Amino acid sequence: MKIVDLVIIGGGSAGMAAAIQAKKEGVDNLLILEKNDTLGGILNQCIHNGFGLTEFKEELTGPEYLQRFVDQVHELDIPYKLSSAVINITRDKVVSYSNPVDGSVSVQAKAIVLATGCYERNAGAIQLPGDRCSGIITAGTAQKYLNIHGYLVGKRVVILGSGDIGLIMARRLTLEGAKVVCVAEIMPYSNGLNRNIAQCLNDYNIPLYLSTSVSRVIGKGRLQKVILSNVDDNFKFIPGTEMEIPCDTLILSVGLVPYVSLLENIGVPMSSTKGALVNEHMETMIPGIFTCGNCLHVHDVVDFVTDEGRLAGHGAALYLQNLLLGVREINVYPNSGVSYVVPQKVNLDNQEDVTFKFRVQKPVKDVFVLFESNNVIISKVFKSALIPSEMIMIKLNRDKLANVTGDITVHLEGR
Amino acid sequence: MYDVLIIGAGITGILVSRELARYQLNIAILERSNDVGNKTTSANSAIIHSGCDPEPGTNKAKFNILGNAMFDELTKQLDVEFRRNGSLTIALSEDQLKALDALEERSKINGVPFKRLSKQEVLALESHLSNNVTGALFFPTAGIIDPFNLSIHAMENAIDNGVHLFLREEVIDIKKKVSHYLVKTKTGEYKSKIVINAAGNHADVIAKMVEPIDWSIIPRKGEYFILDHFAKGFVEHTIFPLPSDKGKGVLISPTTSDNYIVGPSSEPILDKDDYSTDGPTLQSVRQQALAMVPSIPFGKVIRVFSGLRPSSSRHDFIIEYSRSDSRFINVAGIESPGLVSSPAIAQYVVNELVRPLISLKEKSNFNPNIRPYVHLNKMSKKEREIFVKENPEFGEMVCSCEKVSVGEIKDLLVRSCPPRSIKGVKRRTRAGFGRCQGGFCQPKILFLLANHYGVSPLEIPLDDVDSPILTSRIKEVK
Repeated sequence: MKIVDLVIIGGGSAGMAAAIQAKKEGVDNLLILEKNDTLGGILNQCIHNGFGLTEFKEELTGPEYLQRFVDQVHELDIPYKLSSAVINITRDKVVSYSNPVDGSVSVQAKAIVLATGCYERNAGAIQLPGDRCSGIITAGTAQKYLNIHGYLVGKRVVILGSGDIGLIMARRLTLEGAKVVCVAEIMPYSNGLNRNIAQCLNDYNIPLYLSTSVSRVIGKGRLQKVILSNVDDNFKFIPGTEMEIPCDTLILSVGLVPYVSLLENIGVPMSSTKGALVNEHMETMIPGIFTCGNCLHVHDVVDFVTDEGRLAGHGAALYLQNLLLGVREINVYPNSGVSYVVPQKVNLDNQEDVTFKFRVQKPVKDVFVLFESNNVIISKVFKSALIPSEMIMIKLNRDKLANVTGDITVHLEGR
Repeated sequence: MYDVLIIGAGITGILVSRELARYQLNIAILERSNDVGNKTTSANSAIIHSGCDPEPGTNKAKFNILGNAMFDELTKQLDVEFRRNGSLTIALSEDQLKALDALEERSKINGVPFKRLSKQEVLALESHLSNNVTGALFFPTAGIIDPFNLSIHAMENAIDNGVHLFLREEVIDIKKKVSHYLVKTKTGEYKSKIVINAAGNHADVIAKMVEPIDWSIIPRKGEYFILDHFAKGFVEHTIFPLPSDKGKGVLISPTTSDNYIVGPSSEPILDKDDYSTDGPTLQSVRQQALAMVPSIPFGKVIRVFSGLRPSSSRHDFIIEYSRSDSRFINVAGIESPGLVSSPAIAQYVVNELVRPLISLKEKSNFNPNIRPYVHLNKMSKKEREIFVKENPEFGEMVCSCEKVSVGEIKDLLVRSCPPRSIKGVKRRTRAGFGRCQGGFCQPKILFLLANHYGVSPLEIPLDDVDSPILTSRIKEVK
């Protein structure tokens, strides 16, 4: 069996960044495995702009953004294989993949970075009530038909979920001549970035109905109408609030879930993000298996995915050089007001700063974000407004981490 | 002129056609849907029932028990996933033990093998069962099956043996002539000496085209959950509550695809084509299942669906000549345990009902075996390496959730009962059955189908022809 020092599974933003970083740190025997026939992952179909503001201080489209990394992959001569789906991995890091050129192949890796992205929650996952007609499609799939293949999925569209993909698709469908009747959001607030609500809905007079969801889809064959209903605080439909909307298409933008079946199959411990539990090097609980990007936790900005990819690539490089030593590992827990924190483990012997990423459970204003360990406040940062749709990052440098004596909790406190 | 024409390509009609294909006959089968086995056959619990609970002496009891014994050979011939995992009917209180005694008695009369288990014994078999369990009956002959490919492979095999399948043909009228029947569809006419009505939920509508009838079909809807692959062996057996007037009750079972199925509900409905699901019904299913297995992880649900049982007003299978003419045969009301009964029903229909009407001369070249399918997941690593090297398209994955390759889909397209829709590919290969529910693979499959059939992608439907996925090209493309 061929031996490869580092196998990166997934050639999207996270995987390419991990590979580039590892290569720069001296890992020469590496390989990116990409299941599609092109590098870049989901960015290939994200033809709108807004990417790269942090990374390049420029506003790029998805394809422009990804091309900069594809160029680096080529410049650094990083090997990659396309149309190469990984069938499984083992705890001993044997990676089995197949493609039409090499056939069905297994390689022995010394380290693995899993960067397989996320998938969309769909009609099945949300148990959408009503008929089983066509015309019900997730936003990303509709986007692929539209932007990659040049086909419209409908003429009169209702969008469920005001996450960013849903908002972007509202604008895109409108520009292509479809009528977007409305966007319904089950939460009392939008889950999209503010700039997207302004640029994708308000600019096109598309109404956004909050605390509203689809209580029934109706159609034999193709979708004919949806019933929207208001929901109460427990997300139960309120009788008497039904609104019937004739449409031929319902686009679902109801959340993304890390795509981690390869890790689940080998029993890697998972966290509440539905990605793996990781330490500050993005290393899972199986030493030498790293993970980053949307398959670790779903991001809203690709620049941060790239950054996290570099972190995993750096971790893998250290691991391969036997430089991941330390033993004093502590846990990091989310507490009141915080839904999750990444990483969930920190090695106190690590000599690097650690950036913690987390989300709040609901929109809050004027709060302190507290990091505490054994009742000692490690860090206290004021934030004027936090919303669940924006991932928050707080860096703790080594001096601060030196005060840590046990597990850390992250929580919010009113002013 | 056909010798025999079958209306309805559900599992009953298909297996009748395959049984008839042994003989030198001209056989047609009409199906109004865009695929075979597409309605009731596809949407049920996918259980090969032991036969413990039908009332002794009924058609249901008779055909269930005969049918159950036929599945080892049938699934081998047709290359269909089948496993006798055994079923457990559990009692959840001291009171229910009496009902368990009654079921034990009925199993004896029906001649179904069983074993009575104590609380400790059943918990040793299934550790996730509720601690309220007081006892159980274990039925070793019960099994689980892939119902999609049972019907599709049986149809393929029947076609390979000479049966003519006509899809998208909805029967609108039947006229009795001197020597034959004239069956009119929306687009054409078929003449046949003998007609077999296997039209499922619509069997009463079809029967009434020939004569007044004293029975009717009132569909009973059953709603289900499908759970993603998780802990293999969470439950090993099909677990039933005690049966009631409404049927066998909500079960939880592993499936042949290593998913779990939970359901069904049971409600009579008026619209024979209502496959909708609704929240309160599923909530009730969920609660009934949790009473048996409290730790079912409903967060792993990847799909909910409903199926319609063709329930007859006689509460039993109706397998008989029409009153006015033996050349028109009704095979109706084939609700649960219909799937398990279907091969035995097919033999009965051919040998007891058709044989007296027409000369049945055996064909010398009837082949009961289907051309084998490629099962990459059953190959050893080495076998797979060699096979994929020689057949590169089997190395290119279309569906990453269920690991389905381009090669497997292209193989389907050159078979005699190929898929014509996204759902057709899904039911045959499981592409789109996984956690992303086709989010990633649907476009790839759609363009593959369009290329193969040489049609515009706009013409590839989700399921029936009235369910298009794409509606137009974008403005920039002319």
